[in-house]
Amino acid sequence: MTLTHYVVLAAILFSIGATTVLVRRNAIIVFMGVELMLNATNLALVTFSRMHGNLTGQVLAFFVMVVAAAEVVIGLAIIISIFRTRRSASVDDVNLLKG
Amino acid sequence: MLITGITTDAAWSGAALAPWLVGIPLLSAAVLLLAGRRSDRWGHWLGVLAPLASLVIGVVLLFSMLSVPGGSRTATVSLGRWIDAGTFHLDAGFRIDPLSLTFVLLVTFVGTLIHVYSVAYMEHDADRRRFFAYMNLFVAAMLLLVTASSYLLLFVGWEGVGLASYLLIGFWNHNPVYAAAAKKAFVANRIGDVGLIVAMGLLFSHVGALDFATVDAAVPHLSTGAVTAIGLMLLLAACGKSAQFPLQSWLGDAMAGPTPVSALIHAATMVTAGVYLVVRSNAIFTAAPDARLVVTIVGAISLLFGAIVGCAKDDIKKALAASTMSQIGYMMLAAGLGPVGYAFAIMHLVTHGFFKAGLFLGAGSVMHGMDDQTDMRGFGGLGRTMKITYFTVMAGWLAILGMFPLSGFWSKDPIIEAAFVPQDGQTWRAWVFGLVALLGAGITSFYMSRLFFMTFEGKRRWTTKTDGTPQHPHEAPALMTVPMVILAIGSVGLGAFLAVGDRFTRWLEPVTGPRGDGQAVLPGWLLITLSLVLVIGAAAYAWTRYAVAEVPATPPVGTLVTRAARKDLYQDVVNDAALVVPGRMLTRSLVFGDRAVVDGAVSGIAKSTVKVGDLARKVQTGHVRSYAATMTLGVVVLAVVVLLLGS
Repeated sequence: MTLTHYVVLAAILFSIGATTVLVRRNAIIVFMGVELMLNATNLALVTFSRMHGNLTGQVLAFFVMVVAAAEVVIGLAIIISIFRTRRSASVDDVNLLKG
Repeated sequence: MLITGITTDAAWSGAALAPWLVGIPLLSAAVLLLAGRRSDRWGHWLGVLAPLASLVIGVVLLFSMLSVPGGSRTATVSLGRWIDAGTFHLDAGFRIDPLSLTFVLLVTFVGTLIHVYSVAYMEHDADRRRFFAYMNLFVAAMLLLVTASSYLLLFVGWEGVGLASYLLIGFWNHNPVYAAAAKKAFVANRIGDVGLIVAMGLLFSHVGALDFATVDAAVPHLSTGAVTAIGLMLLLAACGKSAQFPLQSWLGDAMAGPTPVSALIHAATMVTAGVYLVVRSNAIFTAAPDARLVVTIVGAISLLFGAIVGCAKDDIKKALAASTMSQIGYMMLAAGLGPVGYAFAIMHLVTHGFFKAGLFLGAGSVMHGMDDQTDMRGFGGLGRTMKITYFTVMAGWLAILGMFPLSGFWSKDPIIEAAFVPQDGQTWRAWVFGLVALLGAGITSFYMSRLFFMTFEGKRRWTTKTDGTPQHPHEAPALMTVPMVILAIGSVGLGAFLAVGDRFTRWLEPVTGPRGDGQAVLPGWLLITLSLVLVIGAAAYAWTRYAVAEVPATPPVGTLVTRAARKDLYQDVVNDAALVVPGRMLTRSLVFGDRAVVDGAVSGIAKSTVKVGDLARKVQTGHVRSYAATMTLGVVVLAVVVLLLGS
């Protein structure tokens, strides 16, 4: 098992996450897709760090985790607030910015 | 402007009163306009007092001036520095000399009488006070015009007269035709004003000064070309104001104003301004024989033009208007003759001021008695019902005919005689202008007699009033008849008073210079006999046609000339074709160009922006997932591109 497999796995995970975001309507599920994409990125970063033998990628992965944690908090707060006002967690119902 | 107090170089006392000549009517006009309806009850009397006060000042100045010999009568009264620009300095001041004082007395005397007349004539008009305010403004502007000491201040009065005439001709502006007549007068005058502005520009560039004293002194040092150009531009100005060919078309329409306005415009003020300008600039015209020839030609054409038009008009006021143009033509012709004619031009102007004012006031009195009718074919036999009007108009009629010994004889015959004097040794000019002047006298006699006989003699052809009741002609009240009687006395006696012993010519000599001597191509006694025979013959012919014979109530078709004269010899048609229609086309195409090109560009840009926005709007669906899909697609495309380019 070479490092390449990890990169491929990261790509597969990212694709699954992206597909989830694009296909699913439920905001929570979409959110989970986003988390999957972030973690796939982390995996890719760590793998590349390992490949190149420097720690920058690992440090960056930590940053991503921190930002993701903050993002989860804010994202969930937004979803809950939308659910309270519109009684729906579907992302397709939230289209007030239509041109 | 800086008023530094009134200073004068007069050799006689009282010159410092001169600014009040203009000031009093101007103040009165301001009071009447600003006080509004509050002054309705007494406004007209204030309006009468203002020109009367100016008349009193004028008389005081006259006697003061007469106390010194001719050479020291010219005085300049300065109010202070008006314009101070670089090397150009101009004082706002008044020039009081025999010429300007003649005009002051004429304007204020005739003006006062017309004001008194208007008190009764305009009695039933709700806006009588406003009428008097405008009349005072008119008198003030005219007095400023004739007393100004520089071309620039003269121009202020010149424009003031134009404004006041516009306000007065359009006084009944609720009638669109009258309002249009006022506009026509204003625009025609404006064309003349351009001439005065250009003349001032030429004077400024060649002399560097605009006051009469400096200009007169500098004229001998100028080139003939420059002087001729200045003279021609001044003539253009004079043509506009004095309704001379080819700018005369406004005069007939100006009859839209109340009759006293016509009397004021045609007798004492406004139309005389052009003659004043020419005589005032006599230094320039004397130095430019070519310009003077043009003045004479314009005068001769206007003289015949007005006389021919006058023969065909059935409207009593329009016939008088045509006669004004013709008589001013006489004055222009005389002024164009140079030193031989200047004084006679002004003398005819003064006597004409009296008899034309009398005729117009008489016409107003007839209209007053005949329910504002002006068609002479509906008059006839009025002499028996309106005795005072009959005799005053008769005095004016005989005076304008040049019948001995009335005013017109003393002022018109010298002009005819002067026209027969060869100019610059050219005999053909003496014959042409002399015969035109003589012929004009004959035609004048015909159309004025026609007017008189159609109105006062012959059978009664009265129609009904506008409300259907029969006409009931009656004499006007004393407020109207007294001014008419005074003017009639002037029409009878003034000419002899001025002419006997060359009194008037000598009085004007400080301004116009010595008369010079010239021998007419025909002896004087023959000319007088010829003109009297012609005048009496024409009057007798008019008697047979319009007093003895029946005057048809509807105008007959008439000859080609009659039909042309009824239409003012097609002057309006020519103006329309040459100026109005092309002008209208130009403005229309400009409007079209503005809409199509300028507006089109602006709104085109706006419209295309909106269209692009509409397209962009469709992309904004509001669906988060479609945005996400777009982003993903974009990233994939970018990745592919980078991969392809990188490999």
